[in-house]
Amino acid sequence: MLKNAQIGVVFGMENSDDIVQEFLVESHENLDRLDRDVVELEKHPSDREILASIFRTIHTIKGTSGFLGFRKLEAVTHVGESLLARLRDGQLSLTPERTTALLTMVDAVRQMLAQIQATGQDGNADHSQLVAELTRLQQSGEQQAVAEEQPQAKEETAALESNQPLSEECPPRETRAEEASASAGDAPAEDGHAREAARESIRVDVTLLDKLMNLVGELVLTRNQILQFTRSTEESNLVTTGQRLNLIATELQESVMKTRMQPIGSIWGRFPRTVRDVALACGKQVRIEMEGQETELDKTLIEAIKDPMTHLVRNAVDHGIEAPEQREAAGKGREGLLKLRAYHEGGQVNIEISDDGAGLNLGKVVEKALQKGLITADQAARLSDREAANLIFLPGLSTAEKVTNVSGRGVGMDVVRTNIERIGGTVDLQSTPGKGTTVKVKIPLTLAIVPALIVTSGGQRFAIPQVSLLELVGLEGEEARKRIERVHGAPVYRLRGSLLPLVYLKRELGQEKACEQSGGGEHTLRNSLNIVVLQADGQRFGLVVDEISDSEEIVVKPLSKHLKHINIYAGAAIMGDGKVALILDVLGLAQHAHVIEEGREHAAVEAEAKQAQEGAGERQPLLLFQHGANGRMAIDLGAVARLEEFSAEAIEIAGDQEMVQYRGQIMPLVRLADTLGTRHAPAAASEGPLQVVVVRAAEGRNVGLVVDRILDIVDETYALDRQTARHGVLGSAVIQRRVTDIVDVGGVIGSSRSGVASAAVGG
Amino acid sequence: MSMASQQFCTFVLQDEFFGVPVQQVQEVIRYQEMTRVPLVSETVAGLINLRGQIVTAIDLRHCLRMPRRAAGQLPMNVVVRTADGPVSLLVDEIGDVIEVSEDWYESTPQNISPKEKEMVEGVYKLDGRLLLVLNTKRALDIQEALTA
Repeated sequence: MLKNAQIGVVFGMENSDDIVQEFLVESHENLDRLDRDVVELEKHPSDREILASIFRTIHTIKGTSGFLGFRKLEAVTHVGESLLARLRDGQLSLTPERTTALLTMVDAVRQMLAQIQATGQDGNADHSQLVAELTRLQQSGEQQAVAEEQPQAKEETAALESNQPLSEECPPRETRAEEASASAGDAPAEDGHAREAARESIRVDVTLLDKLMNLVGELVLTRNQILQFTRSTEESNLVTTGQRLNLIATELQESVMKTRMQPIGSIWGRFPRTVRDVALACGKQVRIEMEGQETELDKTLIEAIKDPMTHLVRNAVDHGIEAPEQREAAGKGREGLLKLRAYHEGGQVNIEISDDGAGLNLGKVVEKALQKGLITADQAARLSDREAANLIFLPGLSTAEKVTNVSGRGVGMDVVRTNIERIGGTVDLQSTPGKGTTVKVKIPLTLAIVPALIVTSGGQRFAIPQVSLLELVGLEGEEARKRIERVHGAPVYRLRGSLLPLVYLKRELGQEKACEQSGGGEHTLRNSLNIVVLQADGQRFGLVVDEISDSEEIVVKPLSKHLKHINIYAGAAIMGDGKVALILDVLGLAQHAHVIEEGREHAAVEAEAKQAQEGAGERQPLLLFQHGANGRMAIDLGAVARLEEFSAEAIEIAGDQEMVQYRGQIMPLVRLADTLGTRHAPAAASEGPLQVVVVRAAEGRNVGLVVDRILDIVDETYALDRQTARHGVLGSAVIQRRVTDIVDVGGVIGSSRSGVASAAVGG
Repeated sequence: MSMASQQFCTFVLQDEFFGVPVQQVQEVIRYQEMTRVPLVSETVAGLINLRGQIVTAIDLRHCLRMPRRAAGQLPMNVVVRTADGPVSLLVDEIGDVIEVSEDWYESTPQNISPKEKEMVEGVYKLDGRLLLVLNTKRALDIQEALTA
């Protein structure tokens, strides 16, 4: 049971807010229906259907409030439900007294929901009288009650006629006269307050959002045209209006785009529960870890991957992770680990689901596939391990030893793959016997907005996602001819001493013929050469293009299925002038040009391992700073947003976290000296301002790393020695002939995560 | 509309008179500037921006193995709905929407080449001319086969 408690805690901490919010929205909707139902019931007191509907609503609220730990709400709805049950079953009949009590209960529920929304608690109001009343009314001493309440009933009728169904007996109410006079003005206000939760989020059809998105795109283009006109006019009114239109359209566009993005955490939120349930059902102990919940994805994609993700998670727990005894026998901890990871890479969203279970029994998978005639013996003999592992995505293949109620009916994995491929994604499974299985899902950033570099080739514009872009090199005149050298015919360029393979975009796209006709050859006729240095899976190459234009934020749109198979395009985008530009897929392009091999991931990983082994260097711009009296540290410059100085007075404290106000945000400060510790004497306490390295953390927030003294920015080849790796430090390297620790920015921020997170909430 | 008649959106391709059922047609628009897609089959004439939606334009002349349009002859777009979103069919000229009676229908004659035969579902014998019913599904399929 301990494991449940643990999961429960994680679950409660991370998600209770969301669940409460959902509960409030749902309950307000339910209360609306309850209102209608009670009104109906007053008209038709004997209508069982309405009673049953009210019963269901109260039952739902009771169940959820119990689950969320709102004891008072649960207590009140519990007795209400009991009363309703007896009414519904015809054991009792509806008397005005009972109607009143029920309505009082509805009011009390409403009041408690408002409390929950305001304070997160169900409040201190005393409902014991109401509970007692509801309990008393469950007794079938009906006759007596009816006799007693005769005069009351008359009043009730009067109240009903004036649309005021509440009697004096309702404890929270004032006198009737006041109520009647106030009701007209009061009711909407009260209503409005109680329904804030409902109003904060409404459900909108995604197709409507799509339509809005397209319309806004059109509006932006029209705006551009109008702005063009205003430039050639003197009329100041038109110019001002044009400028306003410009601002409004831009803001509108941004907002509409945002409506479609959701963090992946919104579907992961339920997984701790899923894992607990599945683990319980199969007698396993499983811990779930999630990373990158804030990774944003288009709403339609979120919807589309919900089911496949759930299936993969259930599968991992059901089939991947072993029973505690088995794990112990295999020398692992009793508790299995399921890890979810999401991150953006190369214009795609990657999601990894890994378990540390037994891994796939490849022999069995192949055997099953053979048995079911899904592959031939010949094919089976030629399968690589990875191919064999991916056989489980074939329809009709399930390796589960027994069919459980959780998964293993053989309809799962192929459906997972179909669903993911339908949205243009890919699934890949890697499994190491005894060590575990990792399923890697890659989804395109459909509709996501990405910064891209616009280049021209053969008179056509193309967009290159900025994520793969390293730098731009421009060669003029003589240089353009001289600096391009050939290795056995293949063009290369010496980029700071190392050879950069060159790829001519025009040639790759087969645009050369057209261009020769119009008079532009390779680089012989040109007197300038533009090289876009790109990186695809750890491999650099230079893409030679005709022209380099600006970088722009583009909205990635998928290509129709007719074009999907050409993997050098990642999609298309509509440019500012309304024309369509293709987005290049850097990986696909690199493969097409044979700059990298097809089995690129393996190659890249191996190359990395090799590099680490040989101690061959890595070249990366670094920010050097002093740490302690004699220590030196460095941060990858790529992670650095800005360097700032703050005076000591600017530091404020929230919780026990140091903060500064920075660009309208609250930025938490992390003192590296404290977080990483100084092994040497600390630097002499400096009187001057704090030197702060601003790094980007999740969700566009900044975190300031306070360092002792910023020294330099270097771009050196260095070999990372991981022997000195420790918390917050990736390892050491010799930089500028001195041993320097390389800071693990993610690790440092992560270690003070609670503080950073609380700042996010507080801000 | 009687049971035995159907409405067709008509268009001309190299002097031949074609039609697709009106229900399949989303809209008809004049020539749109297109973005060519390098490396893809010639059947795909390019991509157009249809009010913010990127739509693939299929050159029906290429599908039907007709000669290219003369330079300067700008094609029109018949945008049809498909399961995968709208696709634009490039045609020479747009005709009227006409109503035809099922009595005038006949299946495609045997003497046209098998490939093109697949593209034509059947023929309506109108007064003085023949209306060829385009098999849109097939037109888009062939195009896939060509590019694959």
